[in-house]
Amino acid sequence: MPLHTLNIALADDDEDDRTLFKEAMNEIRIKTKLSLFNNGKELMDYLTLPNVILPEIVFLDLNMPIKNGMQCLNEIRNHPRLQELLVAIYSTSSSEADIEETFVNGANIYINKPNSFGALKQAIEKVLQINWQYHTSALNKDNFLLRI
Amino acid sequence: MQLMRIYLKFDFNLICKAVLQEQLDALGMKYTIHGFGEIEFDRRPTDEEEQEMASLLGNYGIEIMDDQQMALVQRIKDSVTEWIMDEENPKLYNFSTYLSEKLDYSYTYLSSVFSEATYSSIENFVILKKIDFAKSLILENDLTLTEIAFKLNYSSVSHLSAQFKKTTGLTPSAFQKIILKRKERALNRK
Repeated sequence: MPLHTLNIALADDDEDDRTLFKEAMNEIRIKTKLSLFNNGKELMDYLTLPNVILPEIVFLDLNMPIKNGMQCLNEIRNHPRLQELLVAIYSTSSSEADIEETFVNGANIYINKPNSFGALKQAIEKVLQINWQYHTSALNKDNFLLRI
Repeated sequence: MQLMRIYLKFDFNLICKAVLQEQLDALGMKYTIHGFGEIEFDRRPTDEEEQEMASLLGNYGIEIMDDQQMALVQRIKDSVTEWIMDEENPKLYNFSTYLSEKLDYSYTYLSSVFSEATYSSIENFVILKKIDFAKSLILENDLTLTEIAFKLNYSSVSHLSAQFKKTTGLTPSAFQKIILKRKERALNRK
């Protein structure tokens, strides 16, 4: 099979959120390899390393110290080698203005951090299923918007 | 004489990528390496090139897979696309009949191969593909939503809107608004 494993990166400054995300990921049928980052700067430093294997999808928390999710998103969309990355915003904010702003700035997915583990697992599974199809089928990534 | 040991740490992804690049460059074809063990060429390799590639990569224990199941999954996807694009077919056939007659396998077999390989069902893929098509039609802006619903064989415009919302989390108009704003912003930046 051409696609074996989805490489995933998550940047979130909250340790508990990172742990929950990792646990949810482990319980999903889709095979994944997860890289965790404590803030936006760590993530961007990693993504811009020469010869790094880019993840199929990047999850960004919006509120992070040093470099926040929106700054990362803008850097990714303006970076020649990174601009095609699929970006999911993973945030507690449910303000319509925030959500629209992230989409307009180039996010593909907006996930409201769910408040139960079951809901988190479901949300991640849905995102990854659809991503799998976007990576293996002729679907238009430019129009890929998903809100959960 | 004094012995010395050094200790190494490997980045296997990087090594594999470097080996692939080196060998594929030797082949002299244009290629793109996708992160997950998939190489895309700008044309179909000849039999000789395929053999040479197999032997070059074989030296490093890299094997080219000839996976019939993956090929079948691809044929299912192609048939789904064809079926959606063809405005006559959907009215004459039911999709599962169409697919099993076209590919000459039972629908149950096709479904299980598809879910095994892609983690989701053929039905889900059909919806994803229809909504993908609906998105491009919405952005072309030549057709009303009612006309798009008819073209994609939805029973009503509300059925299309509901499926759009369920699949993307957005209404068709919210989707359109976001993409238009994105384009405006890109233009302003230039």
